[in-house]
Amino acid sequence: MNKEKKETGKKKKLQLAFYWAASCGGCEIAVLDIDEKILDVVAVADILFWPVAMDFKYKDVEAMKDNHIDVCFFNGSIRTSEQEHIAKLLRKKSKVLVAFGACACNGGIPGLANIANKEEVFNVSYLNNPSTDNPKKTVPKTSVKVKEGTLTLPEFYDTVKTLDQTVDVDYYLPGCPPTPDLIMTAVGAIVENKLPPKGSVIGPLKSVCDECRFEKSEKKIKEIKRIYEIDKLEDKCLLEQGIICMGPATRGGCEARCLDANMPCTGCGGPTPNSLDQGAKMMSALASILGIEGEEKMSDEEVEELINQVVDPVGTFYKYGLPAALINRKVMK
Amino acid sequence: MGKEFEPNIIGFLCNWCSYAGADLAGTSRMKYPPNIKSIRVMCSGRVDPVFVLEALRKGADGVLVAGCHPGDCHYQSGNYKANRRMKLLKKLLEDMAVDPGRVRFEYISASEGAKFASVVTEFVDELKKMGPSPLKEVKA
Repeated sequence: MNKEKKETGKKKKLQLAFYWAASCGGCEIAVLDIDEKILDVVAVADILFWPVAMDFKYKDVEAMKDNHIDVCFFNGSIRTSEQEHIAKLLRKKSKVLVAFGACACNGGIPGLANIANKEEVFNVSYLNNPSTDNPKKTVPKTSVKVKEGTLTLPEFYDTVKTLDQTVDVDYYLPGCPPTPDLIMTAVGAIVENKLPPKGSVIGPLKSVCDECRFEKSEKKIKEIKRIYEIDKLEDKCLLEQGIICMGPATRGGCEARCLDANMPCTGCGGPTPNSLDQGAKMMSALASILGIEGEEKMSDEEVEELINQVVDPVGTFYKYGLPAALINRKVMK
Repeated sequence: MGKEFEPNIIGFLCNWCSYAGADLAGTSRMKYPPNIKSIRVMCSGRVDPVFVLEALRKGADGVLVAGCHPGDCHYQSGNYKANRRMKLLKKLLEDMAVDPGRVRFEYISASEGAKFASVVTEFVDELKKMGPSPLKEVKA
């Protein structure tokens, strides 16, 4: 990579690429969310590849020399052979590869599919659900022969992976999607050649709580509530009101926007620095504030009842990060 | 048939009660299976669920967390927190189709050397029935 540094030193336009893998497309919108600043970006950069916005072919990328792209922003997790192939291809062709958004960083919402496998996913998507009529039981196959020849589709994997479980990643830009400010911080750092050490997450070191507007005091809660069960929210920490808020275990950088809208943090910023497992950290935090009043008199059954209020540990604590968790998938028989 | 499966257990034992209890089991020459590797922590409340998950991923077949009896915690409430954390963690394990019995929380006091020995013996037997943990990282 050092060889190329001289080249970027010259006033040559930055060569950018964007790609989406298993994601919803929100990250692409987030790029456009920087509004008119996109003109500043285009002033200093050429966009070489962006399938969602412009017509490029994979062949164009294949024809590039290695390290031709200066920075590639890659969003989405890896779930099919096509995505894996393009991830590897773009890695080869890019000097800097940025995992863009929660899916590329930690697996994101598509990563929740790791509580099932290909067979179970296909069953629900194509065979057994009330709104599907599929008498021939057609499911996607990697190749099928028709009159005109053979048609192919990418292979669908059993397990969703993060980008860095597939290829080497230089920087991480978390969030679902990353906020315009974070994106501009990243772009600015790239343009000015002031990038942090490889492997850095581009975002603050503090948790969402640090950016949250609600007043915080000692935390102890009697029971867990869903947001709709509360008639009138008080103007204080949502956790203290019994709502599971992932703030304490989640990296900030989002300016606590969800909390500004009176919604709890669901954890898209990924784990805080030096934390190995976001969900486990949150379980730890939640378990230590739940039902601590009169805890010395509580029977084991009562404690069990308290804990059983958490209905869906995986969906609650690993909403955006199951593939990156210590236990990253369900054990299948 | 090869050798019988010998489970690997990591024990997080609190400094004030359970570790002393394990010590007592040793000095009293009580017999218990050698499958447990004990780690002394200042309080069972120090045991983060992350420790347990990492132990399971790095080759433990079972994890024992042991602390003082209710009311006896040197730091007042660490044992209650540990109990809640392990209960919540077991729920997660269940969802991941991992037998929640692989994680065990026990109150063991400094005078309960015999209880420590019997808990370990029982745990080893249960884990032998469960077989090797499905979470072990695949060794290259």
